[in-house]
Amino acid sequence: MKKVIMGNHALSYGAMLSRAQVIAAYPITPQTQVVELLSEMCADGTLNAKFIKVESEHSAMAACLGASLAGARTFTATSAQGLALMHEMLHWAAGGRMPVVMGNINRAMAPGWSIWTDQNDSLSERDTGWIQFYCSSNQEVLDTVIQAFKVSEKLMIPSMIILDAFALSHTYEVVEIPEQARVDQFLPPFNPPWRLTPDDPHAFGGLTSPDHYMELRYKLQKDMEKVPALVEETGKEYEKLFGRYLGQVEEYLCADAELVFVTSGTAGYTARVAVDELRQKGIKAGNLRIKLFRPFPFEKVRAILSRVPKVAVLDRNISYGHHGIFYQEVKSALYGQPSAPLVFGFIAGLGGRDITRDSFQEIADYTLSKNKAEEEIVWIGVKK
Amino acid sequence: MIEIRFHGRGGQGTVVASKILADALAKEGNYVQAYPEFGVERRGAPVFAFIRIDNKPIYDKSKIYNPDHVVVVDPTLVEAIDVTEGLKDGGYIIINSNNPPEHFKFPPKFKVFTIDATEIAVKHRLGTLAAPIVNTAITGAVVKILNLTKLESLVEAIREGIPIKPEDNVKAAIEAYERA
Repeated sequence: MKKVIMGNHALSYGAMLSRAQVIAAYPITPQTQVVELLSEMCADGTLNAKFIKVESEHSAMAACLGASLAGARTFTATSAQGLALMHEMLHWAAGGRMPVVMGNINRAMAPGWSIWTDQNDSLSERDTGWIQFYCSSNQEVLDTVIQAFKVSEKLMIPSMIILDAFALSHTYEVVEIPEQARVDQFLPPFNPPWRLTPDDPHAFGGLTSPDHYMELRYKLQKDMEKVPALVEETGKEYEKLFGRYLGQVEEYLCADAELVFVTSGTAGYTARVAVDELRQKGIKAGNLRIKLFRPFPFEKVRAILSRVPKVAVLDRNISYGHHGIFYQEVKSALYGQPSAPLVFGFIAGLGGRDITRDSFQEIADYTLSKNKAEEEIVWIGVKK
Repeated sequence: MIEIRFHGRGGQGTVVASKILADALAKEGNYVQAYPEFGVERRGAPVFAFIRIDNKPIYDKSKIYNPDHVVVVDPTLVEAIDVTEGLKDGGYIIINSNNPPEHFKFPPKFKVFTIDATEIAVKHRLGTLAAPIVNTAITGAVVKILNLTKLESLVEAIREGIPIKPEDNVKAAIEAYERA
């Protein structure tokens, strides 16, 4: 069934179709409608789940973790300051191998107080051990939730589904809502290898001596390394049933490109339009949109970018004192490669400033006219 | 691709108007993208809503700066702000007003239409006398003037998308469609 829905509701429908059993959440702009709709679905019986109201995001994630340990499929959603307040619990989720799936609406961190989009909130949680998916359309949001549960539960690693504030969260688009029976076929009930139950008492998260701790981390990393292949596999399985493929990256006209943009989020879709416009002007541009950010799709990025002369990485985020974060990741992926391209780093769109087709034109002009960036960070649209 | 900007005031249902229009367009197989102004809305303050329409997937996720047409839900906004900002040459300006189009002094490169959506809304008892809800009537006029969808698609979208007094809203939209 096709329906015109906002990005926030694409998360809600994804959780509903995945038959989430426990949802604990605290409202925050611009995430509120995600849990508003889920609470309505729980109240009217559309979704047979326990909705737990909590007093903070820290408690929201704590409640999700308890439920996940008890063997329930759990979902939550948050944004910016709320995600930051969850920070401690994010480590618990990944370290404790609890496959919670969470939506995060990218919102700039305060101060200055902002409700508009940038990626610093989710990227600040890069090293917590969560899988991170960045989405560019409402359809992709819905599809990714369903696939994330499958990937997360197979490897017992939590997933974060990330979408831009307003540009996606509050934007209505036509979304194909899959049939429940087909989703059930794709995503069987959650059946964890262990669960918290009075019948078989265990302690979770207890004191772990230096004799054992490092092995837990080694295993988490080893399982993280399995994610890219699993995302490919589940993506293909999903495509067979629903005709849409997820995958780690989206490659658009990269094969013969002299310049490839590396993008994510909604800017990654606007970039496609910019690529079309540049090609009409005779410039062979391409776009590599990163969908899976953690674990980083090293092999895909290397394979696609190693045949390209110039790469322009667009970051809607910054690691202060370093560079844009995707820029760092791309450079790290290409380091030591025999035919590494020239890589330029651009920062744009912080705090919700728009990223337009003109932004990409400016990036292309800069990248094509230089053999080396004059500054390590090139700022787009900043009032200096 | 067609891009339309709606001007209204917080509380008039401007964002809902763009959503209903998007629903109606989607029913006819169009790709649509509708969004409110990115930010906070206050009752009575000027608000915006936007819609993109195409027959192929819409990848541009940036804001609309140069709309093809504008719809002014609250006529007092014509004095308060420049509703033609960025409007393309030849663009239509559709205003909720009981005045004829000639009443409004816009450059001749734009084409002005008026529809008395307020009167229609009051007649069908939508909202209150002091604050009638004019959005469904507006959509009727917009669909007709811009030749966007069949009336039946709009009626269906209103029935599905307006939980309060759906039939009165349908009547208002039909009346506006016929009068426009």
